[in-house]
Amino acid sequence: MDRYDTIIVGAGHNGLICAAYLARHGQRVLLVEAGDGAGGLATTREFHPGFHVAAAHTVYQFSPQVAKDLALEKHGYTSSGEPLATVGLDPEGNHVALTAGGVSGVDAADAASYRRYRAALETFRDALAPFWMKRMPGIGGNSAKELLTFAQLGLRLRRLGREDMLEFFRVATLPMRDLMDEHFTNDRLKAALSWDGIIGGRLAPRSPNQSVLMLLYRLCGEHGGQHVVPKAGVRGLIDALVAAATDAGAQLQLGTAVRQILIEGDEAGLRATGVELASGKRIAADRVVSSADPQRTFLELVGPRYLEIEFSNRIRRLRCEGYVAKLHLALAEEPRFSGLERADGRMIMAPNLDAIEFAFDDAKYGQCSSNPVMEVVIPSLREPALAPAGQHLLSAHVMYVPATLKGGWTTEAQEALTSRLLDELERYAPGLRKLVLHAELLTPADLETLHGVTGGHWHHTEFAIDQLLMMRPTYEAAQYATPIPGLFLCGAGSHPGGGLSGAPGHNAAQVILS
Amino acid sequence: MKRYDAIVIGAGHNGLTNAAYLARAGLDVVVLEKNDYIGGAAVTRELQEGWHYSSCSYVCSMMRQSLHRDLDLSRHGLLLVPYLGTVAFGDDGSTLIDYPDEGAHYLELQRHSPHDADAMSRFQADLGRYAQLIRKTLMRTPPDPASLKPRDIREMLFLAKEFRALGERELYEYIRFFTMSAADFLDDYFENDLVKAAMASPGIIGTALGVQSPGSAYILLHHVMGDVDGNVGAWGLARGGMGAISQAIASALREAGGEIRTCAGVERIVVRNGTTVGVALENGDELHANIVVSNLDAKRTFTKLLQPEELPPRILERAQNFKIRGSSGKVNIALSGLPRFKGLPDNRYINRGGQTFAGSLETMERAYDAWKRGTWSEDPFIESIIPSAWDPTVAPAGKHWMSNFVQYCPPELADGPWTPEKRDAFGQTVINKLERYSPGFKDLIVHMEVRTPHEIEAEIGLTQGNIFQGELTIDQLLFNRPFPGYGQYRMPLRNFYMCGSSTHPGGGVSAACGANAAREILRDLKKPNVVPDDDCYDE
Repeated sequence: MDRYDTIIVGAGHNGLICAAYLARHGQRVLLVEAGDGAGGLATTREFHPGFHVAAAHTVYQFSPQVAKDLALEKHGYTSSGEPLATVGLDPEGNHVALTAGGVSGVDAADAASYRRYRAALETFRDALAPFWMKRMPGIGGNSAKELLTFAQLGLRLRRLGREDMLEFFRVATLPMRDLMDEHFTNDRLKAALSWDGIIGGRLAPRSPNQSVLMLLYRLCGEHGGQHVVPKAGVRGLIDALVAAATDAGAQLQLGTAVRQILIEGDEAGLRATGVELASGKRIAADRVVSSADPQRTFLELVGPRYLEIEFSNRIRRLRCEGYVAKLHLALAEEPRFSGLERADGRMIMAPNLDAIEFAFDDAKYGQCSSNPVMEVVIPSLREPALAPAGQHLLSAHVMYVPATLKGGWTTEAQEALTSRLLDELERYAPGLRKLVLHAELLTPADLETLHGVTGGHWHHTEFAIDQLLMMRPTYEAAQYATPIPGLFLCGAGSHPGGGLSGAPGHNAAQVILS
Repeated sequence: MKRYDAIVIGAGHNGLTNAAYLARAGLDVVVLEKNDYIGGAAVTRELQEGWHYSSCSYVCSMMRQSLHRDLDLSRHGLLLVPYLGTVAFGDDGSTLIDYPDEGAHYLELQRHSPHDADAMSRFQADLGRYAQLIRKTLMRTPPDPASLKPRDIREMLFLAKEFRALGERELYEYIRFFTMSAADFLDDYFENDLVKAAMASPGIIGTALGVQSPGSAYILLHHVMGDVDGNVGAWGLARGGMGAISQAIASALREAGGEIRTCAGVERIVVRNGTTVGVALENGDELHANIVVSNLDAKRTFTKLLQPEELPPRILERAQNFKIRGSSGKVNIALSGLPRFKGLPDNRYINRGGQTFAGSLETMERAYDAWKRGTWSEDPFIESIIPSAWDPTVAPAGKHWMSNFVQYCPPELADGPWTPEKRDAFGQTVINKLERYSPGFKDLIVHMEVRTPHEIEAEIGLTQGNIFQGELTIDQLLFNRPFPGYGQYRMPLRNFYMCGSSTHPGGGVSAACGANAAREILRDLKKPNVVPDDDCYDE
């Protein structure tokens, strides 16, 4: 049977990036993907004839280093799309707009406060930035070399100066609500700004501990948190990554599901030796790298019988419940939103922080939010090719929608939510309902079936302090290597986390190559 | 006019402890109290003839034993009666009894879930270990992470050493525990709703977080890291009520030559070019002293007793942003007899300790949801205790008094400010719930006193009635408490200190804040330290 240096399970953007790096260093790399397209949660699908969209509808934190290393420009990716303004929508049209230039639609005090707020966040972001793109040291028992990383972190924080350093320690674990209340008075501004600290996690504005770190993570990368629809949409990025990987010699097999990761043991102990495909075919390799989420990787593909019991328990108790659903609308023509010239921004439909908080309250008990909040983008305004000429597609992230709904995700439940969402959209864009040619709702449960991500969780597992840095996904597997020799992780469940950053794939490749 | 060495504002247990140690070090110290009685929230009051209410705090667990012994509080009249455990009442009327006998407790848990019965010892052991680490920090001054002073570096190294000593696995589990939610933590161990609810109750008491809020697991500790007579994790009741604790400390203070003035509310702290020189009383008098120590919460101290222009930049902003949220209510009831509870064949269990009324984490979380909306739940979490069942001094013979702590109760209501009518409606909600579990309960009521955050603040001056003098979230713990850069009891004015629960290690009747502050003050005065080190139980 054929043999490879490395087999990578899953062709999400991290799998592709890891494959590209390894192949460029001369490895024989096989990349197997269960789906018919590459990209994982960033796979572009035709959800209605002529209408194309990916679960991840914008790019905002992609690593410029990866883009440079893999010469993505040469492979057709250009991030030079103009950033979308983030708009805090108001049914009456009194919108708040956030751009690289600053904020509009708020009073002078908030505008001034926003400049200070943004400056402070950027200071903190820059202090942390280097650490997203490198392997974290172990949580304890480190070599002096590893401890150096901690020393560097300490030094960078120190360089902030006494005031800022102390302030960072205070702010780092603040709930979004407190951070916002300390700075601003405008409700829509507060809701729009806290959005990126919350979305994707099991978090609401009052939840302490992780949201500021999530926000700082999202501010990194080439766009510094500014959302962009790249040329040819998110597909433009994925196609470039596929090209970069295959040009470097990596083989990509789509529609090829892996049944299990092969583990063999001898007196030297266990070792990952290859994969068995759903077809029953076995492929051998020196190492296996999984971009699948930790629970799928260890509990399904490897199997607890090969794992130390405490480790598999720690994997089992990882928090992997997704709370964001995806709504896709095929529209007969360009929708009009009250008070907006063109709806070509990233529109946040959340009147205030309580609206987000209360939407979360329903989901806590396994119900859909009766008053959901949304992030809405119309990518076809930036990239017309995504929809038939003259027609448009609307893509929305919906909070909060639990992966496991009380009573289960029946068709009725799906339709009820879809219609509830259309009502909500109608409030902001009167007449929109009439334009709808087709509506598709993807609950976290659907995202799981569609892309094989446990719980449909954006970050594969909760982006929480105890599941971050040298503890992501657990301390035994936080350096991309796992307790099983020859088995590595390279997905969003590894440091630093999810989002189209490419960092986990990059970091994993560096570890494997070193 | 007389000039003191030190003035301590507020005769709560921390203020008294602070003053007691300053007096023992030879300082001429006075404690000023606005009320006509002392004790702050550790107080006993005869609000109905013959009934002595512990009207605010109601159990004693965190009181540092080293201070209890060092101040000789037993000789000064403090007698702690062990608290023997709680009966948890489920929404469906089922009960879970926390027997002190392990065998009986195991069988009781098995009644509800064999799985949880087996998980309990693991849960208790883990919680105990987490508490160890924190307990070691209670009587130490937090290091300033931005400082290069040898002392701060030494203290940082101490913490680093403690963490390293844990080893990878433990350190990971600790970090997890200290940042996650009580609900997620309990889900790791238990499957039964009532068992989870019974274990979760300490995780929400006094805090403006829900069981599902990250960070709430840590608060579980604040109620299990205490010890009574070296009995780690135990709770105790002060014979004669919580006021007995304050009275004993006060007696130790007077014995050391300290002075206490009641009905001496402080109008403002007097500052002369960046140095505190004394206080002005509400009655117009001015008292002068070399140092001033505030036992009031950080928000009140800086926004009410000091003028903005007297404060260094950012401090006012810090004080205004200081999170001190009202989330608790209290209903104190004088009873003509022992209430009988459904599901408990006879009453002997009540004598063993207290009761909690919340059958599931969802019930507790929904009570928090109501608080977020500026109202109270119709089905609130109640932790009750009937001290008269084993302390005959707090109620007339054959009669009883019952303390009901209620979580949650909002500081401000969505439909406008608190009124006596709304306060009574809140009280009715509580006794209606108790009546459901104890038919005929209402007929036993002789007198009842309802406290919302509004009443608690009005009487003892805790801003918003927050029982911890400030939320116990990471941004306000250790060196962040009360403000970044001011975690060592010295405040941003010369000769000015804080010694209340707004400082490390925070709330719970521990007296550690007051003692730690005294240690720092004596250090600045170049006087020998008279504050004892804490007991360390290394297991």
